[in-house]
Amino acid sequence: MPGVVERHRGEERFRRFGLAAIAVSMSFLAFFLISIIGTGYGAFIQTAIKIDVDLTLLEIGLEEGFATEDLAKVRYRSVVRAGMRALIPEDLGRRESRALYRLIGAGAEFELRDKVLAQPDLVGSVVSFWLTSSDDVDLYNKAGSTEAAEQQTRLTAKQIEWYSELKSNDRIKTRFNWIFLTGSDSRDPEVAGVWGATVGSFFALGVCLLLSCFVGVLAAIYLEEFAARNRWTQFLEVNINNLAAVPSITFGLLGLAIFLGFFGLPRSASLVGGMVLALMTLPTVIISSRVALQAVAPSIREAAFGIGASRVQTVFHHVVPLAMPGILTGTIIGMARALGETAPLLMIGMVAFIADAPTSLTQPASALPVQVYLWADSPERAFAEKTAGAILVLLVFLLLMNLMAVILRRKFEK
Amino acid sequence: MTTSSLSSRHPNQLLVERLIRTILFSCSALAIFITIGIVASLIFEAMRFFQSVSIFEFLFGTEWSPQTALRADQVGASGRFGAVPLFVGTALISTVALCVSAPLGIFSAIYLSEYASDTLRSYVKPLLEILAGIPTVVYGFFAAIVIAPALSDFGSRIGLEVAYESALAAGLVMGVMIIPLISSISDDIITAVPDSLREGSRGLGATKSETIRRVVLPAALPGIAGGILLAISRAVGETMIVVMAAGLAANLTFNPLNAVTTVTVQIVVLLTGDQEFDSSKTLAAFALGLALFCVTMVLNVIGSQIVKKFREQYD
Repeated sequence: MPGVVERHRGEERFRRFGLAAIAVSMSFLAFFLISIIGTGYGAFIQTAIKIDVDLTLLEIGLEEGFATEDLAKVRYRSVVRAGMRALIPEDLGRRESRALYRLIGAGAEFELRDKVLAQPDLVGSVVSFWLTSSDDVDLYNKAGSTEAAEQQTRLTAKQIEWYSELKSNDRIKTRFNWIFLTGSDSRDPEVAGVWGATVGSFFALGVCLLLSCFVGVLAAIYLEEFAARNRWTQFLEVNINNLAAVPSITFGLLGLAIFLGFFGLPRSASLVGGMVLALMTLPTVIISSRVALQAVAPSIREAAFGIGASRVQTVFHHVVPLAMPGILTGTIIGMARALGETAPLLMIGMVAFIADAPTSLTQPASALPVQVYLWADSPERAFAEKTAGAILVLLVFLLLMNLMAVILRRKFEK
Repeated sequence: MTTSSLSSRHPNQLLVERLIRTILFSCSALAIFITIGIVASLIFEAMRFFQSVSIFEFLFGTEWSPQTALRADQVGASGRFGAVPLFVGTALISTVALCVSAPLGIFSAIYLSEYASDTLRSYVKPLLEILAGIPTVVYGFFAAIVIAPALSDFGSRIGLEVAYESALAAGLVMGVMIIPLISSISDDIITAVPDSLREGSRGLGATKSETIRRVVLPAALPGIAGGILLAISRAVGETMIVVMAAGLAANLTFNPLNAVTTVTVQIVVLLTGDQEFDSSKTLAAFALGLALFCVTMVLNVIGSQIVKKFREQYD
């Protein structure tokens, strides 16, 4: 037996091991969040270039007395390009001009069109507009044009020279990137956004909520309030507990074989996505609803029976309303899990490139976590930032849902 | 009030009661149907796969190259479906994950249940839960963009060749994901060990850490082992982290610095391309799914039985 001093030293050592384990786990979390926020905040900022656009009639190819709808047909690309050329005093050859045009983003002409359509009276004058820059300029500008940025950038020396000239003329600024929140997926990072994926996730979650909440709560009520304690209910219980631990990808395989293969529902649709997520969250909802029902005091039931209520009346008039906060909390947490789930959605084909937000449940759709997966796969460097940005949007939604659950619980615990 | 209590004994009311009972019952029976659906669809498609590829080759073959050639006379036209490299890859990554999560999770649980003050506990537990709540696709991004390049860099600096898609990177991040699972189960188990055991040990003159090491942990060991089985099942079935951070090519290796692929990665790879639904490539995914389902099911059943039995033991 070691001496007392040694034993006490061991005591301290053991305690430190425990503390270190917690510290390591916590620092993982911190490192994680810091690196995601550090990469992702850039997605919400974009670089814009100020261009003087010549909107005189001759330049945009319209004649006197044009109708407003003609404005939509104008070739804004050449107008934007002319504006770019006017920024650089020197004469440029074809190839050089093309390099110059690459400083401006792929969506600039549409940006200009929308601005002109919103204010048709601008036609006929020369106007200054801030238009979104290309992703290369954006990355270079946000990196602060340091030496490291110069090594990483795809901009040529000439383009960097132009950039510096524009910068010194105060024609470069950064602004909040609304496109990231309002746009949908795109091959060009500077016009890619999360809106389409958010709508897809919203549709799928709606379907999931309707199905899993309805079926899950009713199943929990049956198991807790009606079912006799016999072999069959025990079997049901074991089954539900096991379903909760089945890998999520298996539910995707089920959806693929049954919903798509057997029933012939449309591929990539948020309807099927929601159904698969509902199967996955159902066990969670059942388990948490049962816990909520168990927490209702038996005296409530006895009182209801005592004044002559039937079992159905007792349960639906007295027990369920009291258990509702707990049931809702469990459902929200289940939904939060469903929102972050990716694998089953890949199985039913929700990995396609979708350039528009879906307008119905049966249209091909994307979802937020799938968008993260797709962007993370993209070789373009600008997409790394967008991926982390999309993760931030996803995490904010999850945070809000969990906050809702916590507030709900606090409110009704009193 | 009187009218409602009168009508409650009306024959129609009884009919409504029975109807509601039936609806409730069918909702709970749906859970069974989901299980049947999973098992039936997996077995059905897997059987079709095993008509063209022998089950023996699938389970014991060591070569996995599922791509089918365009022309029948090309080399490797039929594809090879030996899944051993995938099983080994899955086991390798899960082992790395467990090496990270088991010590961290168990030691965190020990500290939280035996040493920590209530205030610290009330802060740390929810923070650990956050780790469990982060979507796996986020972990995957983190593993692929941050951890994998860092490990590869570090490896080349100390003269080790670390593959960009090494099992180590995927396993490390997966381990972090599983920490809360292990720590919360272990925490429950350790708290369930009756205080009389601790008091007896302290009364005999053991220090606190000696009590934990020689009395509490041995008593809690079966329960913790059950929790670890559940964690393994989670690691085996985890998809997004490995899809994003592990390799696609099937290498039969036990070196965690090499790139390996897993069962779940291959399911995703086989099913996300453009191909016929009936090709043996897509059917192979269902065979893999069946294997995955069986393994995780067995782990879950055993794990949860052990944990449950442990809890009842001290009730």
